Amino acid sequence: MRPLRFAVLAVTLGWLLTSSAQEVRPPQYAVAGHPTTIGTSGEGEGTLYLVGPGQVIKRHVRLGSDVAIAANELGSAGRWIAILRAGGRSPSQVFFVQSGTPESLSFLARPSRVPVARPSVISGIAVVFDKFQNLVLQPTPVKFSLSVEGTEISQTVTSRNGLAWVNSSSARKAGAAQFVARAGDTSVRRVVQQVASDPCNLRIHMAQRNPVGVAFETDPVRDCTGNPVPDGTIVTFTQSDSRGRSTVDARLKKGIARAILPASDKAIITVACGVVLGNELHLGGAR
Amino acid sequence: MSRVLSIFFALLIVALIGVGAVHKSSTAPASSPEGAVQSMFDDVKAHDWKAAYSYVAPSSNVDLVNFQRDLAGRNSSLRTYSQLEGVSTRVLHENDGEALVRTELKYSTAVGASFDTRDLKVVKEAGAWKVVWKGEKDVNVPPQVIPVNYLRWDVIYRGPGDDWGAQNAENPRLRILSMNPTEHDGGIIIMGEIENEDTVPAFVSVGATLVDKNGRDAAEETSFDKTSHVLLPKEISPYRIDFPGMKLANMKSVRMKPDSMLVPAAADPVIGVLHQRIEKDARGRTVLKGELLNESGQIVNIPHVLATFYDASGRVIWVSDGYVDHALMPQEPQPFAVDLRDELASSVHSYRVTVNQYSLNRSE
Repeated sequence: MRPLRFAVLAVTLGWLLTSSAQEVRPPQYAVAGHPTTIGTSGEGEGTLYLVGPGQVIKRHVRLGSDVAIAANELGSAGRWIAILRAGGRSPSQVFFVQSGTPESLSFLARPSRVPVARPSVISGIAVVFDKFQNLVLQPTPVKFSLSVEGTEISQTVTSRNGLAWVNSSSARKAGAAQFVARAGDTSVRRVVQQVASDPCNLRIHMAQRNPVGVAFETDPVRDCTGNPVPDGTIVTFTQSDSRGRSTVDARLKKGIARAILPASDKAIITVACGVVLGNELHLGGAR
Repeated sequence: MSRVLSIFFALLIVALIGVGAVHKSSTAPASSPEGAVQSMFDDVKAHDWKAAYSYVAPSSNVDLVNFQRDLAGRNSSLRTYSQLEGVSTRVLHENDGEALVRTELKYSTAVGASFDTRDLKVVKEAGAWKVVWKGEKDVNVPPQVIPVNYLRWDVIYRGPGDDWGAQNAENPRLRILSMNPTEHDGGIIIMGEIENEDTVPAFVSVGATLVDKNGRDAAEETSFDKTSHVLLPKEISPYRIDFPGMKLANMKSVRMKPDSMLVPAAADPVIGVLHQRIEKDARGRTVLKGELLNESGQIVNIPHVLATFYDASGRVIWVSDGYVDHALMPQEPQPFAVDLRDELASSVHSYRVTVNQYSLNRSE
């Protein structure tokens, strides 16, 4: 009876020893898009499950050997669990996979159209991703550059929690500004249309006179920084005389607005563009 | 018996259809000047142009086709989409041979009632009163080439294939230049001006919400057609929002909601507003009159006039609008008149007229 009891004890101890040797050893440092190995211990065969954010990897493994995970397999950054299923047991370990090097950017530039010479009016936010579209949480330098008509302003900002942002003033020159965000070898371009501001120093003069009417036209209409105000902008000519008031909402064409107003012996002609008033002409009377 | 009944009912139905189809028209000679005018417009109402024309004096020198076009409209103008609804007449003076009859015509149109006041001369010819109809002259624009090379704006919007970070073309920036709430006719009226500050055309709508003393939204309205909806860069339009049956004393505040959308648009046509002046019309009401001049080469079918009236401090005190029931032919002036409240006439220091247009042959 005594030898039998000893044998049962030995078998149980052996089984316990064997089973406790089944272990999974995830890497201390894993990076998405890079190869890595998962260590196992024990004897026999089992199944290794790697469960990560939106991704599961399953492998049949021989216990005691390392399992190689290829670079393109480990795509998702974040918290992973390695589970080894063998001999009716499932030892597991948690490990973290970091995002890879910056490979793509999402770049939000606002607004798409802005008047010139306005302080802190353009904003750009870059979101840094690796090649598997994992948010790159490691601080990454992002260079923002805004260029228009040969002038460029640039600023490098280090990303925090995957985001880098910048505020910029609009340039003094109108045109399609190229707003570029660059991180590593990747860059994204947006266009911010910098448009002329309100007209400045709006002036009219008489262009032509005939019995039917008098043509008035503006000098080339520009904003206060010298940019031509875009064609199609409304310029209102108003003539006041003894017969009443006549108005023409003329459109800028090639930088000049022109209107034909009724012929009058004595009249006052004024001009306005939006809320900006121009000069006043007196026809047939004292200036 | 049943056969007789069915024949009887069939005949009855035919008779009823006949009675329904035949409208009342009269061509009986008019025994009074007012009767002549009334009979003529009764026939116009019934679209019996021939019968109506029988009341026109031969000395009018107008043919049936032109007479019909005068009353039914031409060139897809607002008049062509309207129906004569009411006629009221008043004899201004009368003698044995002729009379002057003031005729106020009320048309119903898709954009509300339209009024036309005419002083018609009525003459007695061959024992019957006939209306002297002053026909509108068909405007014949001399053959010419009018170069129209204004800008137009097309818009490419963000598509489904674009990167999510790619920004769409921004909506235009608007600015409410002024807002003036007032009470009139037992309701609240909010009026002011709005400007498209941007460099692109905007489709604009102005809404307002009245907030009562408890902080709750009491009413919400938009300016509907009391504004220009398409504003070109730097264009200023008046707006007027009516809240019938509301009192300013019950309100705490007004929340304005200007909305804009980037839309394709063309910079033409240019419509000049000439010789604007405030006058009294034939009915003694205060009106702002003037002439519209279409400077483009295409017909503007339905012009819509918006007038803004300011007091001495430059505040908007009234916004009035009116549709012109005649189309604007190129280069031909067309008169217009919009109402001004009589009690405000003395406070009006200046005014501004803008013109909306609806044209059939324009694509945008």
